[in-house]
Amino acid sequence: MYTTELQNQAGKPKAQVASTEDPALLEAFEARVAADEFIEPKDWMPEAYRRTLVRQISQHAHSEIVGMLPEGNWISRAPTLRRKAVLLAKVQDEGGHGLYLYAAAETLGTSRDEMVEALHSGKAKYSTIFNYPTLTWADIGAIGWLVDGAAIMNQVPLQRTSYGPYARAMVRVCKEESFHQRQGYEIMMAMASGTPEQKRMAQDALNRWWWPSLMMFGPPDENSPNTAQSMRWRIKRDTNDELRQKFVDVTVPQAEAIGLTVPDPDLKWNEAKGGHDFGEIDWEEFYAVVRGEGPVAKERMKARIDAWNDGAWVREAALAHAAKRNARAAA
Amino acid sequence: MSGDRARIDYALRLGDDALVLGQRLGEWCGHAPMLEVDLGLANIALDLIGQAQHFLAHAGALEGHGRDADKLAFRRDVLDFKNCLLVEQPNGDFAQTIARQALFSTWHELMLQRLQGSSDTAIAAVAQKAVKEVAYHASFAREWVVRLGDGTAESRQRMVDGLDWMWRFVDELFAMDLVDQAMAEAGVGVDKSTLRPEWDHLIDAMLAEATLERPAPRRGVMGGREGRHSEHLGHMLSEMQFLQRAYPDAVW
Amino acid sequence: MSDPKKEWPLWEVFVRAKNGLSHKHVGSVHAADDRMAIEAARDTYTRRMEGVSLWVVPSAAIVASDPAEAGPLFEPAEDKVYRHPTFYVVPDNVKHI
Repeated sequence: MYTTELQNQAGKPKAQVASTEDPALLEAFEARVAADEFIEPKDWMPEAYRRTLVRQISQHAHSEIVGMLPEGNWISRAPTLRRKAVLLAKVQDEGGHGLYLYAAAETLGTSRDEMVEALHSGKAKYSTIFNYPTLTWADIGAIGWLVDGAAIMNQVPLQRTSYGPYARAMVRVCKEESFHQRQGYEIMMAMASGTPEQKRMAQDALNRWWWPSLMMFGPPDENSPNTAQSMRWRIKRDTNDELRQKFVDVTVPQAEAIGLTVPDPDLKWNEAKGGHDFGEIDWEEFYAVVRGEGPVAKERMKARIDAWNDGAWVREAALAHAAKRNARAAA
Repeated sequence: MSGDRARIDYALRLGDDALVLGQRLGEWCGHAPMLEVDLGLANIALDLIGQAQHFLAHAGALEGHGRDADKLAFRRDVLDFKNCLLVEQPNGDFAQTIARQALFSTWHELMLQRLQGSSDTAIAAVAQKAVKEVAYHASFAREWVVRLGDGTAESRQRMVDGLDWMWRFVDELFAMDLVDQAMAEAGVGVDKSTLRPEWDHLIDAMLAEATLERPAPRRGVMGGREGRHSEHLGHMLSEMQFLQRAYPDAVW
Repeated sequence: MSDPKKEWPLWEVFVRAKNGLSHKHVGSVHAADDRMAIEAARDTYTRRMEGVSLWVVPSAAIVASDPAEAGPLFEPAEDKVYRHPTFYVVPDNVKHI
């Protein structure tokens, strides 16, 4: 799973803060990044680079964690033992990916607790896609196929991102996610060739998840003010629109192959550009969901906050026990 | 009771224990007290679902009516489930989940150790693989009982309450009925009553380290092995079996 | 604000992929005690048969060299080429040396 850069979503770049940083250090840093060198935790880095990374990596981590919920909604109802095991393993992987990413962000000097707090207070964002409900089993197929498909497209280039711990986390994430999209497509395939009720669920799931999946790549390039800076710093390696186009081009034939219809009347192959033209994305909806007005945003945040608050006594107890044990060992 | 029927029931009991507890632990996914714990509980659930697949497939093969593991998991009603009452108990808070896990996994590990030598080669093969998984479940859970029992005042009280909820279902783990006796005699199963001293020893050691009292003796609640369950199982099944029940002709 | 005293400590995780190889850093976990750290590392980093042995080390116990010191620490090795076998010329027809 992945979230693209969601700050400054209205397309208003923040006022540039005058840099008080040593120009020589800054220049050396920019040169290293431009030469595709990795930056490691204790290396000097511009404050803005650190801030952007913490924001992006923690958004990414939050997306993994919140992303456990829509699919987790179907673990108890998975239709076969194999599907149940696969789904549980997949959702668990997402938890693991959140963990790797929090760890990568922690190397920048922000604790996991601080990041979790930022999520719960609404200060930190996560991918808009997880604020949509999973209504039928076909949604589990659609999420694996489309949402993980979009995520993989976003994530593969990040294995070469300039910040070492982030890049290494992404290598692990990408390796583990290779089965996620396939299992989703397999579910869709089974349903699309199944009973009339299953076909209906499959088509309905594609109808509901198609546009939110396209939104996962973030605002159009002309409204994505941080893209240029992030690309220069190799925190981002392709623009939102480039990746979105690539996603449409690979996904449309996959839908056709299993007899499903992409819900876009304007979709057509454009020979000249060697890609599909597709309809206008409802950016109003996107920004509303970013603002926290997604259909099940409240449920998602409540679930995370409840889990955190309900677990507080457990976390405290484990520390208290460790302290007692250490005291006994010292005595 | 025919030997065949007893053996099928025996495999169903092993499979249902794993399935029902795996299903319960799956409910934690995404909601655990800490991310690391979330991953740990999911690993235990995955182990158990895998064991259930093997044992139920074996039961279906013994039965010979073309029912595979999925048919047995998703198309049987509550009266035909043979799991013990302990595993179907609700998750409650984390302490209640851990109490259930420590009591069950400690028993489960002792069972599987013996079942490695079962004369039923399919059961023996699953037990050989599963015993390593369950050894981890048991130590994971018992360590948590110690942390919570000897943690804060609140965690201690919750741990006491969790054990208190689960304790009435302990005796059933060791009860021997006709199926168990027939299978123990045939060398397929285990005389579960002989596991009790070692279980008591392990649990008492855990309680001592957790600075907790052993819950007061009480009359054991029984019936799970014969399909007389708590009210909780029906709700679990109605959720777990929903798709297979609502769309009986569908292939997933 | 979050209270750092309430957060489980961070541990660095090292995995030995198979015997014969050294342990390699793979990431970190939060855990309240050492046993929990091993289990969390196992549950997080060895789900796909990645390892046969684990080390966990409290992150706070790691002493790292300072990148600003990289020059004095590492560059002096650069001109000690005579420490490498390729520095020496051996006739082509001489083997096993």
